[in-house]
Order: sequence, then C-alpha cells, then structure tokens
Amino acid sequence: MTNASSKFRFRHTVGERTFGFQSLTELMAKATPARSGDRLAGVAADTAEERAIAQMTLADVPLKLFLEEVVVPYEDDEITRLIIDEHDKSAFAPISHLTVGGLRDWLLSDLATPTTLHAIRAGVTPEMAAAVSKIMRNQDLILVAKKCHVKTAFRNTIGLPGHLSTRLQPNHPTDDLTGIAASILDGLMYANGDAVIGINPATDNVAQACRLMKMMDDVIQHYEIPTQSCVLTHVTNTIECIEQGAPVDLVFQSIGGTQATNDSFGFNLATLAEAQDAALSLKRGTVGNNVMYFETGQGSALSANAHHNVDQQTCEARAYAVARKFNPLLVNTVVGFIGPEYLYDGKEITRAGLEDHFCAKLLGLPMGCDVCYTNHAQADQNDMDNLMTLLAVSGCTFIMGIPGSDDIMLNYQTTSFHDAMYVRQALGLNPSPEFDQWLKHTRIFQDDQFTLNHKIPGAFEHSLNRLLGGA
Amino acid sequence: MKRIFPTHPIEEAVVENPWHKLRSFTDARIGLGRAGVSVPTKHLLAFQLAHAQAIDAVHSPLNIDGLTASFAEQDWSMEHTPIRLHSQAENRATYLQRPDWGRRLHRTSIERLQEHSSSRSEPYDLAIVIVDGLSAFAIEENTVPFLNELLPRLQDDATPWSIAPLCIVEQGRVAIGDPIGEILNARCVIVLVGERPGLSSPDSMGLYLTWAPKAGLTDAYRNCISNIRLAGLNHHDAARKAYYLLSEARTKKLSGVQLKDRTDDSVLEHDNEQHNFLVSQTK
Repeated sequence: MTNASSKFRFRHTVGERTFGFQSLTELMAKATPARSGDRLAGVAADTAEERAIAQMTLADVPLKLFLEEVVVPYEDDEITRLIIDEHDKSAFAPISHLTVGGLRDWLLSDLATPTTLHAIRAGVTPEMAAAVSKIMRNQDLILVAKKCHVKTAFRNTIGLPGHLSTRLQPNHPTDDLTGIAASILDGLMYANGDAVIGINPATDNVAQACRLMKMMDDVIQHYEIPTQSCVLTHVTNTIECIEQGAPVDLVFQSIGGTQATNDSFGFNLATLAEAQDAALSLKRGTVGNNVMYFETGQGSALSANAHHNVDQQTCEARAYAVARKFNPLLVNTVVGFIGPEYLYDGKEITRAGLEDHFCAKLLGLPMGCDVCYTNHAQADQNDMDNLMTLLAVSGCTFIMGIPGSDDIMLNYQTTSFHDAMYVRQALGLNPSPEFDQWLKHTRIFQDDQFTLNHKIPGAFEHSLNRLLGGA
Repeated sequence: MKRIFPTHPIEEAVVENPWHKLRSFTDARIGLGRAGVSVPTKHLLAFQLAHAQAIDAVHSPLNIDGLTASFAEQDWSMEHTPIRLHSQAENRATYLQRPDWGRRLHRTSIERLQEHSSSRSEPYDLAIVIVDGLSAFAIEENTVPFLNELLPRLQDDATPWSIAPLCIVEQGRVAIGDPIGEILNARCVIVLVGERPGLSSPDSMGLYLTWAPKAGLTDAYRNCISNIRLAGLNHHDAARKAYYLLSEARTKKLSGVQLKDRTDDSVLEHDNEQHNFLVSQTK
C-alpha cells in the first residue's frame, strides 16, 4: 500500500512509506485482530504490518466521523437507520471531542466510572464500540467491561456486580420429555438455571414449542423456581405460541447486524416489536419486564452473504443496536459455534468472546457468552476454561450450563454445570439473589452456605423415586 | 509403633449423584458426580477420549485404497473402478478455513470427469459421490453397509437405475456433488459425506440428494438424510429413506424444499402422553 494516491480516504505515513485506506469500512476491517472469517471475506489486512498501521490510523479517527460516514448505506438498511436516528447527542457530549484512541484512554481512566459509563451508553454507536475494541488488548476489554453494570429482571434480577448466572440448556436430540427433565434435574442440583431454562428444540415447529414451554412452565411452577423459560424457536413461531395461549416467558431470536442478515433469518425490526408487545401483554414477569432473549455471533452476516464487506466483528456489534432497541433480559454471543472458517482456533475464539462481551456491555446490554467450540475447530476444554474465567473476571452476565459440556442435540461443546460451579467458587460469584435464596430454601445449597448438598433434596428425591420406582 | 493413618472410615472424595440412573433415559452426561464441584477423574478422562476420537475423525485422511478394495468385494461391484477426485482445497488446514474451495473441483478432476463423460452419450440416472467431509472415519464405517442396502433396491427397481461410476472426493464439501453430477451427465446425484463429528458420534454420515445437479445450486435444492451410523439412523432405515426420496425425485423431477420426506408421518404424535417425571402426580 505504498504510493498512496488521492483515492485514499485515510492515510498514515511511517518513515518513507505511506499506507492508505479507501473507506472507514476498509480501515475498520484491516485494523481487526486476525481471524479466519475476515480472511474468508477478503477484507483482512494483507500483512501484520498493515494491520498495525490500520490500528494507528483508526486511533486517529474522531468519533464524530462515525455519525457521518456509515459502513452500511442508510437507505438500504434499517439497522443503520436505527443507529443514526436514535443516536442520543446529549449522552454523546462528554466523549464527542475524542478520537477512537482517545476513547480507549478515557474508558480506562478514572473518568469512566459505572455511573459515567451508564450515562454515555446511548451516545455510543456500535461502530464506535467496535472501533475502540480493535485497538484494545484483552485486559483492556476485561477491565472496562467490568465497569459497565447492566441489570435486567423478569422473575429474578440478573447482572448485579459479583453475580454470574447460567442458562440451563437441557437439549435432547428427539425432544424426549423424560430426557429433558433428567437434564433439568441435573442442572438444578448443580445450582444452574437462574438466567433461563432454555431449550433448542430438535423439531422446530409451533406445536413442539408449545409442548416444551408447557413442560418447563410446569417444572418452574411446581418447584416455585424464581427463573424463566424459553424455547429457542423462530420469533414468528413464538408469536403463534402466544396466540395459542402457551406460557411464554421469553421471546427468542437469533439476530444479525445487517438488515439483509435478518432478512435471511426471516424477520425484521417490526417482527421483534410485535413479539415484544405480545410477550409483555402476558405480564408473566414478577420483578421485571425484560422479555426478550437474543443470540448473536461473529460470522453470521458473512454466512448469509449479507456483510457489505464490513468485518465480522463490526457486523456483530451492529447486531447489538437491534438488541438494545428491545430491552432484552439476556443476550448471548455463541462465540465458537459457527466454526473454524470464521474463528479458527482457541486464540481467535477467546479474542472474539472478549470483544463481543465488551462491546455489548459498553452499549448497555446484559451480555452472556456461550463459551464453546466445535470438533473441527482448533480448540479444547482448556481454551474454554481460559475464556470462561476471563469472562467471569470481566463481569459476564451469564454462561451456559449443560451436562458434562456435551450438547447431544447440537453436537458441540459448551460449558458444563460443573464449570459454572468452578468459576463461581474460584471468583466468589453468586447466582442471582432470588435464585440464590431458592437454592438455600430447597437445600440444594446446604447449611445456608455456598456449598452443594451431599444429598438430593426431598422434593426432588420424591420425583426421582416416582420414576425409578424407589422408596 | 505409632499409627499414622486415622482409624475412622475414609471419606470418599467423590460425591456420587443418585440420579445417574437416569442415564438410561438420555445420552446426556448427567449424574457425573463431583469432586468438590469439579468433574471426577473418571468422567474427565472419558470426555477427553471422546474429544480425541472426534478430532482424529476430522483430521485423518480417507483411506481410498481400502475403500476401493472393499467396493470390489461386494455383490454389486461395478465394472468401472471408482473415479478419484480432489477439491480445490489442498489440505485439511485450508479445507477448514475455505469452505468455498471445498465446494469446487480441482482442474485435473474436472478433466478426468470430462474424459469419462465424453465416451458416453446416454445420461446416467444417478451419480453417487463419496466425500470425506469432516469425518473420513464416518465414510469408512458407513459407505459399504449403506450401499449394500441401497444398490440392490435400485437394481431391482421396476425401472432399474443406470448408475455412473462411483466418485470418491478428497477435501470435499456437500455442494461438490453438483458439478460432478453435471459433468457426468447424471439426472440425479447423491452425496455421501462425513458430518461434523459430535462428541458421542464421530462416525456420523450425511446424505444429500440433488435432482438435475449443476454447479452453483444452493441448499434449497437439496434433500438431506442425517446421522447415518449404527447407533443413529441405521443403514437399512437410511437406505429406505434414500430410496423413497430418489423415487419421488425421479417421479416429480425435482428435489429440495418441494420434496418432502413423508416416511416418518406414521410415527408422529406418538409421544403426546409422555411423562415429565419432575411434576407428574401419577405413574
């Protein structure tokens, strides 16, 4: 990229060489820490040097430019319109004089307290968050995310500092109710499930979703568990379930950062608004009204061929604009699920997990992470231990919990019920307060302490014996 | 002599979970017990073995000579030896990062296929393409027993199927079957491919069917039968489904979203009365 001519929008000179970048989109992509998905898209830096130069160039870009130069055209994309039209200028004021590099310094400084970070949220656009994350080290992402407190509530309170919640994920390859109930029991006995009990259905239709919603609702009511359930089916299915009178706590949808991605998923912002209204009308929350559960993940836009040559991490951050429009209870970046063509190995998965968590928290979202990998990625349980621990240090809202890390329906590995107990014990983190009380009350925790009971509590023992024909 | 060991009974470090008996109802790794809050050694090592097997399945190359020799021993053995092909992905590392290259044929493979098809004027009814995909192990385990079930059905059909020489592809993905079928002038193609290995299923094979294959078709034009393996969808049932789809495709001259697999309709709705033991008041 020497001999930069006037076609370059951004330039940076080192010694006698000048590097040029034609657009903010190109600059952002080339400044992104290396990953396979950007190489697949053909937008990554050609050399390590070009990446480092792009990061320097990006650091000099004023934040105000992000409000003038969009990465996906305003006319073509409702998410760009959402970002620009709903940008809060007064919230932006305290940081409006900064460059991207200046924002990093500001975020790390004592000026950025939980209170000031809360105050600027609505002034930060996803592209600003993505840009600054690209020039932050992992420890920067951790430290700043930890200062961003995001509290949500439905039947319990999620996201308080010093707490870590878990989604209990009792998936089964044929949606067998006994198999699902067995995994729910296992999870509850290991103190998991305060974020949500959430099933990915094997058979994805309205009838099956209603059946699974009813099943989970029965369990939650029977044992009076202060938590919520969700069937991770398409948003339009959930709307139908509500019309049919099914007990819907949370509405689920996978979301992406461009309108074309979401078109390929079969929904738009109006669909989500309709679903949110429908779920709110049921008034099923007891301590709060956050009724949406979103999942995201770097690479989804490219996978749908809907990325507009925007790098995958910036596309991901734009999905958070969609999420925050609908005040979700939970957002989950399913970081290692998509495969090695997007995030090749444990190093890339770790980096992406920390970036996603940071950007989402900066934008004010209750971000959790499916710390996971597939068997064709260069990753193993040790990589997951590392990422899970780093995320827990950074105040991650929730992680997944599944029996023995093995999802026998989706065929990938995520964090186990045991893993959640490990990280809570290692870092002194508690489940959500209402759920914590329930664990003590039912004696899943023994002696009011944060230790698991050696014996199965009476109510559950009774159910187990009924099935197994015991005493 | 002074006793250095305590006389009281030794406490177990591992706390067992009485609900481990529920393993008879699910393959999920429930009731593992715990050492402190962690997974006991026995289950930790079992997990690592399962992961090791899945990794090996992804990275082991397909034993083509062994597969070809095994084909030659079968009753249905074809006169033409299998055609060996390669995608544009040079090796496994490239293959994993460039799915687009795994969908396209290497130039020399295109020439090999063209050479074959130029010697023949009639179209084939069917091309069968065997692809390593993400588990060569799955192909080595399942191809022969599956073809033993499928090929006799096709040969005994009222209108027997003319079948192109088997093709074996290295570093391939599902969509590579379409250009192969197109060049061979086949009315239909089925691709047998090693699926992404699960922790408890490193040997799972998938089948994809395209009517009127040509390069560039999307998934919407394909039908899929998944999880073909001894402990999953067994070879007999998989062949029955495949034969049904092939016959329907041939009759309707289409495949994909407009072609529905109705072989399971009779078993739907069987489990509405299934019990959730956590809340059931009876039984």
